Amino acid sequence: MAVVSMLSPKPNAVQDQAPVQISLRGVRKYFGSSGFVAVDGIDIDIPQGQFFVIVGPSGCGKTTLLRMLAGLEGISEGTMTISRSDPSRPENSMVFQGDSLFPWMTVYDNAAYGLRMRGVAEKDVADSVKLWLERIGLWRFRDRYPNQLSGGMRQRVSIVRAFANDPEILLMDEPFSALDEQNKMLLHEELLRIWEATKKTVVFITHSVDEAVTLGDRIMIMTANPGREKAIIDVPFTRPRNVLELRHDPAYGDLVFHIWEQLRDEVQRARLNSEGGK
Amino acid sequence: MAKQRTFYGAERFIGFLTPLALLGLWEAAARTGLIDARFFPAPSSIVHTFGALVASGELWTNLTASLRRLLLGMLVGGVPALFLGLAMGISRPLRAAIDPLIAATYPIPKSAILPLVLLIFGLGETSKVVMVALGAFYPILINTVMGVANIDKIYLDVGHNFRASRWQVFRTIALPGALPSIMAGVKLAMGMGLILIAISEMVAASDGIGYMIWNAWQVLTVDTMYVGLLVIALLGFLFSTIIDEVERLLIPWKART
Ligand SMILES: Nc1ncnc2c1ncn2[C@@H]1O[C@H](COP(=O)(O)OP(=O)(O)OP(=O)(O)O)[C@@H](O)[C@H]1O
Ligand SMILES: [Mg+2]
Repeated sequence: MAVVSMLSPKPNAVQDQAPVQISLRGVRKYFGSSGFVAVDGIDIDIPQGQFFVIVGPSGCGKTTLLRMLAGLEGISEGTMTISRSDPSRPENSMVFQGDSLFPWMTVYDNAAYGLRMRGVAEKDVADSVKLWLERIGLWRFRDRYPNQLSGGMRQRVSIVRAFANDPEILLMDEPFSALDEQNKMLLHEELLRIWEATKKTVVFITHSVDEAVTLGDRIMIMTANPGREKAIIDVPFTRPRNVLELRHDPAYGDLVFHIWEQLRDEVQRARLNSEGGK
Repeated sequence: MAKQRTFYGAERFIGFLTPLALLGLWEAAARTGLIDARFFPAPSSIVHTFGALVASGELWTNLTASLRRLLLGMLVGGVPALFLGLAMGISRPLRAAIDPLIAATYPIPKSAILPLVLLIFGLGETSKVVMVALGAFYPILINTVMGVANIDKIYLDVGHNFRASRWQVFRTIALPGALPSIMAGVKLAMGMGLILIAISEMVAASDGIGYMIWNAWQVLTVDTMYVGLLVIALLGFLFSTIIDEVERLLIPWKART
């Protein structure tokens, strides 16, 4: 059955040889005069084309780490090296946590934003935006404003906004957390489909272990604050993946269980932290 | 749905009915001598005077004089306020430098500055335009600064992430994001402008609706005074309708579907 064939002996063989795109060494982040440590020494190498997932309890520094990768936040200590394979393309585009579409722009203009900001000719903008909106099934909603869309549609537009910009690296901060299970499942399929067509390097943050296992090549579990690497786990499933069939696989359940076990301690620690802080 | 609609229809009808009923009462009271017609002339006699003032061209002359000052003043005060406000909203140092000045001068009633304005700008057109400009300047400035400063930080992050230049951030985020607040400022400014044009024309003008009202008091043609008040009320209503319409055009994303 297809389920069995999804397990291959060396799933990451190709990626192991891919050049490193993102390299972090001892990356730390302090906030404010109190020197609150949000991220406390991260060492990771992410190869080109990998779907890298970060899970961790709330407040452990996931967003902070992603914002440092995006250059929206400075690094307090350590080094971050990002290797470019094509300097003519933008380095990264971010899908932000929460609603971030411009309410004053139509779906079309939102999707075109990145391309327009870098001065791409309007004709090429039109081609690319049409392609992406069609791919994700929102072309006929192109003239709507965000407040005329459902939450799931809005989230799809912000994903299109990032993809259409054609960056080398996609940074996604809990893009699906506000959605219901059914929408989430569909969007996982859609995301995998468009990602597999482009093979961009992705750094993806989520609270959901299921989501991490469904989407990722590699998963980093973070500790409760201050955020450190607790474990890095390779996901053994082959591509292209079928989101539904994947869940039949006994290895899927085992992996989810294994990750939960490690995460549970951290979530509890995060709870104690926040109670102690009161 | 249908129920809702008839309800709104009824609401509208009632809204129309109340003033009509009041006017009817007024008319009756004035005719029967229940109220003093010297102070509260019957609506019919006000309408009559209105017709006479239109026919003689007097109303038109005064109206256009006021309108010209009002619109000119709105432009002279509003446009710099808009640009300064946008700049202050974006640049924290500029805001820090100018905020105290605004805070100190804003509470001064603009009508209290009228003598000073007359002293500086003389009795000509300029002083009236300056008064309206002063009145328009503050609400537009303050609302614009607030509008820009209150733009959700996430939109600016998106701008930076997509490598928007300063000018692009301004054009694609600061300006549209602040627009609802700016329009609210324009509405306040228009109200302020109407008040100030009336006051300054009363004191220092030989035409305009304010002058018309003041002159009517001096020669005790009370009907004319009421016509002036009516015209100002209508102007206020007209302007707010126009601004609402402009707002709908400029801010289509606020429209409900
Ligand atoms: N600008 C800031 N100034 C001060 N502290 C901050 C700032 N941004 C984040 N923090 C703190 O850093 C810690 C990590 O925040 P971060 O947003 O990265 O968490 P997170 O892992 O993304 O959480 P969640 O899963 O809830 O989104 C938190 O304790 C937060 O309060
Ligand atoms: Mg976060």
